[in-house]
Amino acid sequence: MDALSELMNGFATAAHPTNLLYAFLGVLLGTAIGVLPGIGPAMTIALLLPLTYSLEPTQAFIMFAGIYYGGMYGGSTTSILLNTPGESASVVTAIEGNQMAKRGRAAAALATAAIGSFIAGTIGTLCLALVAPQIVKLAIKMGAPDYFAVMVLAFIAVTTVLGASKVRGLAALAIGLLIGLIGIDPTSGQQRLTLGIPELADGIDVVVVAVGLFAVGEALWIAAHLRRTPADIISVGAARMTREDWRRSWKPWLRGTAIGFPFGAVPAGGAEIPTFLSYVTEKKLTKHPEEFGKGAIEGVAGPEATNNASAAGGLVPLLTLGIPTTATAAVMLGAFQGYGIQPGPRLLQTQPELVWGLVASLFIGNVILLALNLPLAPMWAKLLRIPRPYLYAGILFFASIGAYAANLSTFDLWLLLLLGALGFGMRRYGLPVVPAIIGIILGPTAEEQLRRALQISDGAVSGLYNTWFSKVVYAVIVLVLVVPPIVGRIRERRASRETPELQHSDRTGGQ
Amino acid sequence: MRARTWFSSITAVLALAVTAAGCGVSADEGSSGETASGPVEGLRILVPNSPGSGYDITARAAAKAMQDAKLTDTVEVFNTAGAGGTVGLQRLVNEKGKEDILMQMGLGVVGAVYTNKSKATLQDTVPIAKLIEEAEAIVVPKDSPYTSLDQLVAAWKANPGKVPVGGASNSGGPDHLTPMLLAKAVGLQPKDVNYVPYDGGGELLTAVLGKKVSFAATGIGEVAEQAKSGDVKILAVTSAEPVAGVDAPTLKSLNVDLVFTNWRGIVAPPELSAEKQKQFTDLLTKMHESEQWKKTLADQGWTDAFQTGDEFKTFLTTENDRVAGVLRELGLVA
Repeated sequence: MDALSELMNGFATAAHPTNLLYAFLGVLLGTAIGVLPGIGPAMTIALLLPLTYSLEPTQAFIMFAGIYYGGMYGGSTTSILLNTPGESASVVTAIEGNQMAKRGRAAAALATAAIGSFIAGTIGTLCLALVAPQIVKLAIKMGAPDYFAVMVLAFIAVTTVLGASKVRGLAALAIGLLIGLIGIDPTSGQQRLTLGIPELADGIDVVVVAVGLFAVGEALWIAAHLRRTPADIISVGAARMTREDWRRSWKPWLRGTAIGFPFGAVPAGGAEIPTFLSYVTEKKLTKHPEEFGKGAIEGVAGPEATNNASAAGGLVPLLTLGIPTTATAAVMLGAFQGYGIQPGPRLLQTQPELVWGLVASLFIGNVILLALNLPLAPMWAKLLRIPRPYLYAGILFFASIGAYAANLSTFDLWLLLLLGALGFGMRRYGLPVVPAIIGIILGPTAEEQLRRALQISDGAVSGLYNTWFSKVVYAVIVLVLVVPPIVGRIRERRASRETPELQHSDRTGGQ
Repeated sequence: MRARTWFSSITAVLALAVTAAGCGVSADEGSSGETASGPVEGLRILVPNSPGSGYDITARAAAKAMQDAKLTDTVEVFNTAGAGGTVGLQRLVNEKGKEDILMQMGLGVVGAVYTNKSKATLQDTVPIAKLIEEAEAIVVPKDSPYTSLDQLVAAWKANPGKVPVGGASNSGGPDHLTPMLLAKAVGLQPKDVNYVPYDGGGELLTAVLGKKVSFAATGIGEVAEQAKSGDVKILAVTSAEPVAGVDAPTLKSLNVDLVFTNWRGIVAPPELSAEKQKQFTDLLTKMHESEQWKKTLADQGWTDAFQTGDEFKTFLTTENDRVAGVLRELGLVA
């Protein structure tokens, strides 16, 4: 393979000082805008697209690479600090990340996210450079029955993370599924639950729901209890990850990468489902199950590595087949065409310099991302020192800006407020918020794949399990349902033995 | 102190994001170009879907061509997405009488008015110009059992349920309407067509490559490269003339009586003065003649389909009736 020597040429292109500057600019802008809730990487690239028109194609794409990874990472910062996911792929990060922040471990959470993103991004990009053509051949074979089987697995997996009360968890999941039904049904074109409001015809954006339920709901909740709770200021904690943190993070980073990359590479994979699966995996494999829900570092390390690996995976079909499978890739494809470059299966032959330059700049962008964000982590964490009334006012402000900026429509602001009230109500009655978000993300996709599979088989139920992959997944599901009760019993015994160690880690965390 | 720095930097970023999003109110909104000869001032173009979409790219390219040719000062392009473009359409109709705003639209909006039961319709607007069009391709995977349109149609008519057709648009969009109109043209009921919608051209194309659907209808631009490399085969194109650089016959030449293309154009709000309408028509005519626009057409691979005034108005009415007819047969319009 001369891929490596091509890649070296790519590095030579990307390492040019001017190009490095553009990569840096891209990462900076990507991170800064990615931090704003409601503006994900796709939106960021689209908004910055006009800025690049005056640049050479190579420079423009180097800048995009920076924005892409920067935007992916930026979303996690607000997830961790403010419980406000910047985009749907960092929803899961909020679960453990925000708990860590509340226990004064924000800096460590941000650090494990940054390092995890770096490692996953690097391995992902390496896979992109070396095995993209092979992976894409497999990815194309995936069809609706396979996706639906994975969705069923995801549903079963998430019901295991529904929190203390299964009934409340399922109720919250049902709320999410219900919200997910709103909009025009893609298969038949009929409107569902839109109440004749045209703004609801496209359904409700996952980010608006996430920001509403998480951030606005929480702000209202805090406001309602402000006088009754003492105004303790959250300590910022140690700036660095402890040795224990490293020990507990490296495996989730690698596992997250392994889960995220293939999902990114398959056409309907996306970044959300693998982050759920990573979270569930870490929860199952951890030696500290009692910490989950209270700020387990594995629950941040895994999903954050996953979403960056899937970002790298998402470029596989774009560069090998000219097929955009994510919103971000679609925007990049549009940009390619704007430069008169026709991306397609022959892109690698017709524009090798551009492709390898892009791949090399992904590596460089990743390094810059780490260099920029690791030192910033303790600084971001100090944000939590702002007294609560101001902090939550700020959260509400940015949540509103995010909801409004996506569409410049006041309707979204009302929607945000309404969802915030729902989030408040859910907290009041002890319903967990996460299953609702999961319902909104998984529900519509699962329905779409189910109906697509049945349409393709012309209504025959066998259309759901007629591929080897779907059969394998259903076999895994059966295992998942049978094995846990047995493992659970073993865990119980083991957990009692490890209590002393837990107390130790609590003490280091509280500094 | 640190928190303060943080806030100021975020505010700066925010300001950037907000301006980039195009919601910054243009300073000279009140003084839209009075002089018919000088450059048009303070023009805004509404894009009824998200940044990066086809309409968005077209509008931004047109705006750039106008600015580069000094036909206008800075044109503000902004997005109001939602409901297949009808949320943006409603907004344009609400701006009736305004003389500084245009809307980018296309075939998709025509269908969306029906499927979304929109109160605002394109008949409310003042058509200015059609800019470009794109043929739809009838595509099969490279080792498909169907090597010609005749074979495909024969199998399709024999058992439409077993011949799923994929497309990247929802009901009322170009990829949905193409197989429906094709079905009608070959004597099949549109209701019997097993249409499988995919999220965007990328997902659709992988479904074709992976042989998940028997055939697909999609914009020629989505598949031209894959056809050249031999990964897919284009059995026919839906335009009146063959498409340059694409080795495929037209439906007409295969004795199927159907000409249907996806197109994009520009409309203005209701109650536009005749004088202003002429100014906008002149503006777009000059833009169309500019070198910048010609280069954009070539770079993007768009087919020029420039049309203005009554010609475009008549075209719009015909398209509207045709789309409504298909959707009525499918039971999507009362």
